[in-house]
Amino acid sequence: MGTPLPDKDDLLRQYRSMMRIRRFEEEAARNYAKGRIGGFLHLYIGQEAIAVGAVDALRDQDYVFQTYRDHGIALARGMPAKAAMAELFGKDTGCSRGMGGSMHFFDVERNFLGGWAIVGGHMALAAGTAFKSRYNGEDRVTICFFGEGSTNIGGFHEAMSLAGLWKLPIVFVCENNQYAMGTPLERTSALKDLSIKAKGYAMAGARFEGHDVTLVQERIAEAVDRARTGAGPTFIEVLTYRFRGHSMSDPAKYRSRTELEQKKQLDPIQVARERILELGVEEAKLDDIDLEVDEEIDAAVKFAEESEPARREVMLGTVYAEEGEL
Amino acid sequence: MRELRYREALREAMLEEMERDERVFLMGEEVGHYQGAYKVSEGLLDKFGERRVIDTPIAESGFAGIGIGAAMVGLRPIIEFMTWNFSFVAFDQVISNAAKIHQMSAGAIHVPIVFRGPNGAARQVASQHSHAVAPFYVGIPGLYVCQPSTPRDAKGLLKTAIRSNNPVIFLEGETLYGVKGEVPDEGVEELIPFGASRVARHGADCTIVTWGRPYYVAMAAAEKLAADGTECEVIDPRTLRPLDMGPVIKSVRKTNRCVVVHEHWPYGGPGAEVVDRVQREAFDYLDAPVERVTGLDVPMPYALNLENEVLPTEERVIDAVKRVSYAK
Repeated sequence: MGTPLPDKDDLLRQYRSMMRIRRFEEEAARNYAKGRIGGFLHLYIGQEAIAVGAVDALRDQDYVFQTYRDHGIALARGMPAKAAMAELFGKDTGCSRGMGGSMHFFDVERNFLGGWAIVGGHMALAAGTAFKSRYNGEDRVTICFFGEGSTNIGGFHEAMSLAGLWKLPIVFVCENNQYAMGTPLERTSALKDLSIKAKGYAMAGARFEGHDVTLVQERIAEAVDRARTGAGPTFIEVLTYRFRGHSMSDPAKYRSRTELEQKKQLDPIQVARERILELGVEEAKLDDIDLEVDEEIDAAVKFAEESEPARREVMLGTVYAEEGEL
Repeated sequence: MRELRYREALREAMLEEMERDERVFLMGEEVGHYQGAYKVSEGLLDKFGERRVIDTPIAESGFAGIGIGAAMVGLRPIIEFMTWNFSFVAFDQVISNAAKIHQMSAGAIHVPIVFRGPNGAARQVASQHSHAVAPFYVGIPGLYVCQPSTPRDAKGLLKTAIRSNNPVIFLEGETLYGVKGEVPDEGVEELIPFGASRVARHGADCTIVTWGRPYYVAMAAAEKLAADGTECEVIDPRTLRPLDMGPVIKSVRKTNRCVVVHEHWPYGGPGAEVVDRVQREAFDYLDAPVERVTGLDVPMPYALNLENEVLPTEERVIDAVKRVSYAK
């Protein structure tokens, strides 16, 4: 399939969205190194085109699930960078008020239903929101992201199996970034082409590269459309690459510098930038966007620093939901 | 009041709540066309159709997760585990997801879901099918745990569980489904609140705290002891989380003795929790160490003679009461 011709304004918007993720992640890494962010921190750098392309294939009403590598999709979906950064800093102003941290972003207003930190554990939840769409006769689609490392665990199988059986309105997007933590795909899966798994669940399957945001949007839109029109779920394998380690504690010594440099030739942000220039946009326009994004992210860090810490009352008051008619 | 069997009481609770609230649905293995592995859901498919009574493949982790996901966005699922033994393959869904979501999302997402099914030993179904699972779930903040002994409690607690905005672990008795008991008449709605222990028998000599199937063992033992002049006060907490210790402490301050009777293993769990609370809150009133009559600390064997030895018996309860009374 040839790359579709992108609309200039769409691409500029997507460029900004990807740059926003990139700069957010870089700033998160810096602040992690300074000890201002604790716990685990899994960066999305290198995979930005998938989140941004996917979000543009969705409607606001659609439900979105992601793994613990969840900053990118949350930001792409429109979460303010301030709420995201404050969550990393463990502040009350964070998107989960300091209860979730990096791995558990939530933004119910934007139907972003979470970052989830047990591999494969969120996939049935996503099938559950798709089940609800069916139960209520709504035309909402659920999209569920996960890594190729998830495809070996039972949670993947049962969610795919039930979604296929009941033809739920869901799109499963496997972001194959080649490494399940430090172990490459060839040492974790007998299949090299994971999209073949779709057949085992009587689903449509798709497989494509994830560095071209326009292509990602178009191919995911096909699957979203299928789900919305009742034609059943799709399993998509997007081939991608993370430019950083699995988490901040991973120096990624299991792969060569040559490999990394080669993959960086397909940096989704560079690819979009070059395309935009080809379309006749002045470079200064892109530089302006970069500056605006820098300012937004710097403001987010400042906001996170200055915010009040997470509150004991929230911790104690949210163990159980209040009873009474909802 | 009329008499119903325990399974009929549960069925009525589900039926009434499904009639009341269209968001409530039942999902599990064999709940529909087969009419329920233990016939608890008999007739519900005919009444509500396949949209709301949903047969699943054998995939506990998958359908438990689907239920949790559906609850996150406003439905109110009842997930039936054919037995609680099979909940272990869905443990991650219950512990890492259902119990955590509300706090992890800072209260933005509710998970109104009931996981229910038969719990505990049946008859000679051996070690993998005989788990009394309360200890595995009761320690998890974010979950409620119900274990009703009587048909009336089963119905009233299940209705409360279905209306709860939180995940509820609902432990039924595999050997209790046929037990008959009084249940409020049709049209009389009774919602039994969580965290309200029930004093099932009054007595001044020894407090017995018990739940589930052993409740009947303890009640029978109390009758035999009464014939010999020892009056036991039998208290059923009905919900193990929250655990209402008020009536227990009040009773122990009167009887000065306490025996805890339950089916699950002795190591940790709600039985040990009751003992801990009694020693902390009624230490000065105790005339003897608190005793426990529990399932023996072994995997359940198949052979009937050994199974009978593992489970709490009237004799063991009577012995324990006599020991704390220094009558033996």
